[in-house]
Amino acid sequence: MADVTEKAAFRTGPGAATAPARPPARAPRRARLRRGVTPWLFLIAPLALLITFTYAPIANMAAYSLTDWDGVSPELHYTGVGNYTEIFTREDLFRVFFVSGYYLAASAVQIVAALYFATVLSFDVRFRNFFKGVLFFPYLINGVAIGFVFLYFFQDGGTLDSVLGLFGYHSDHAWLGTPVSANTSLAGVSVWRYMGVNFVLFLGAIQSIPGELYEAAELDGANRWQQFRHIIAPGIKPVVTLTVILSISGSLSAFEIPYIMTGGATGTETFVIQTLNLAFRFNKTGLASAAAIVLLLIILLVTWVQRRLVPDDRVDLV
Amino acid sequence: MTRRAVARTLVYLSLVAATLVVLLPLGVVLLTSLKSETEMAEGGGALSLPDDPLNFHNYVSAFEGGEMLSAFGNTAVILLFSIGGTVLIGSMTAYAIDRFTFRFKKVVVALFLVAALVPGVTTQVATFQIVNSFGMFDSLWAPIVLYMGTDIVSIYIFLQFVRSIPISLDEAARLDGAGAFTIYRKIIFPLLRPAIATVVIVKGITVYNDFYIPFLYLPSEDLGVISTSLFRFKGPYAAHWETISAGAVLVILPTLIVFLSLQRFIYNGFMRGATR
Repeated sequence: MADVTEKAAFRTGPGAATAPARPPARAPRRARLRRGVTPWLFLIAPLALLITFTYAPIANMAAYSLTDWDGVSPELHYTGVGNYTEIFTREDLFRVFFVSGYYLAASAVQIVAALYFATVLSFDVRFRNFFKGVLFFPYLINGVAIGFVFLYFFQDGGTLDSVLGLFGYHSDHAWLGTPVSANTSLAGVSVWRYMGVNFVLFLGAIQSIPGELYEAAELDGANRWQQFRHIIAPGIKPVVTLTVILSISGSLSAFEIPYIMTGGATGTETFVIQTLNLAFRFNKTGLASAAAIVLLLIILLVTWVQRRLVPDDRVDLV
Repeated sequence: MTRRAVARTLVYLSLVAATLVVLLPLGVVLLTSLKSETEMAEGGGALSLPDDPLNFHNYVSAFEGGEMLSAFGNTAVILLFSIGGTVLIGSMTAYAIDRFTFRFKKVVVALFLVAALVPGVTTQVATFQIVNSFGMFDSLWAPIVLYMGTDIVSIYIFLQFVRSIPISLDEAARLDGAGAFTIYRKIIFPLLRPAIATVVIVKGITVYNDFYIPFLYLPSEDLGVISTSLFRFKGPYAAHWETISAGAVLVILPTLIVFLSLQRFIYNGFMRGATR
């Protein structure tokens, strides 16, 4: 970790070093020197933490990914891009990308449902705050609790079977028993959990559209669908695009729900579960690092595409 | 007019259906948590009502057997330190970035921006080695430091607020002889109160719910937090759904209370965080 302190030291340096380069009058020079150093005093701690716990790991991962290191032994061999070829050629490793497909499909359902409820609740509806709260609340619940709630839900004779029984449909289908059924169920849970946050985002965007627009449209005889099509849809397009892109990286990094509920058994292993298992269960730090780097690159690529598609001014920092 | 009425009915039907979909799984777990072991064994079905709706026996066994007291304690310690740290670090960073021009500012901003995109769970592969080398493995410091050091969302929230504080306030204070630290401490920080409230709530809920970091870094049983202690129910109580359900309800209840009392802040906070 010498690297980090060195960098932090280097970063405080330049501000101080540049001041003497331009020699103005004496008092301003000292003031300028102080002004040059001050921002770095505020930034030392945040930057040190950022570099230690975000960038140093990424740099290390990039290095590990080219080796066969097991995470403990002092011995490691350089293997070139061997780990990367392994990820894309070994079928059992590559399979996890198909699991992402379930979550991707689920995000589509989720976004459509969120759009529907946001539109409906943006109009005058009784108990609006109640419905809003109910739809959003799952997003706040602890992931482990959600996992247990739905383990019981899908259990043999659990909530789902009992509800179906009320409608006269009795089955002994093991919902988490086959890969297709298990992945669909888990993706369904993720819709249950995350729909609310999309919904609240969309609702916020819709409510920021000035009300006069609807009144004018109503005077012109536009119905609800036409109001949606010509006022709401264009108004929330940026937020929807952003959500779509975020869902893609979200689907690729699906982790908590499947890890807690099935632990990745019966073909529900996702990319992240696999990576963590490789690293911490099978001690294949090299291979796991390569997988993590692949995921990171995909997410950076997706984000880059998003920035191209939605050049929004809300997002920039400076 | 009738067509409108039909449409309205359909809308309400869909809302009621959605409400059922959200509340039913939770409601059934609540029912289950109130049933006795014999009731469960008799197999009255998941939807049947408990014989005694005030049977809190399972809560007692979940609370004691699941070491929930120490879990809530550990979570509280982590919450206190990581939120405090996040507020300090986030507000300092925002102040430095917004109020100063300095060399490499673009680089610094880019570092924070890109870090926001890095999926935290995957980098644990290498973060683990670093945390371990600091000797923080299996101590509460590991999650505290990780939550503090990698929170970009709160920096965004603070930045938005710092920007809205007029610079003339800084300048007036500077004319009175105040230095940068005094300005930060006496002017910026107090005016950031709404942002601090938002960050405390958003960060608090995120930390309270986080599972993987404590799972990875706090394997000791006495260092369990809410998530990991509940997760450990899976082994000993595997067939005892009434106890697991009670544990889940115990974990969900604080969230529900916070949500009901702070709704407005929560919606705003999470919207700000999500549109970064």
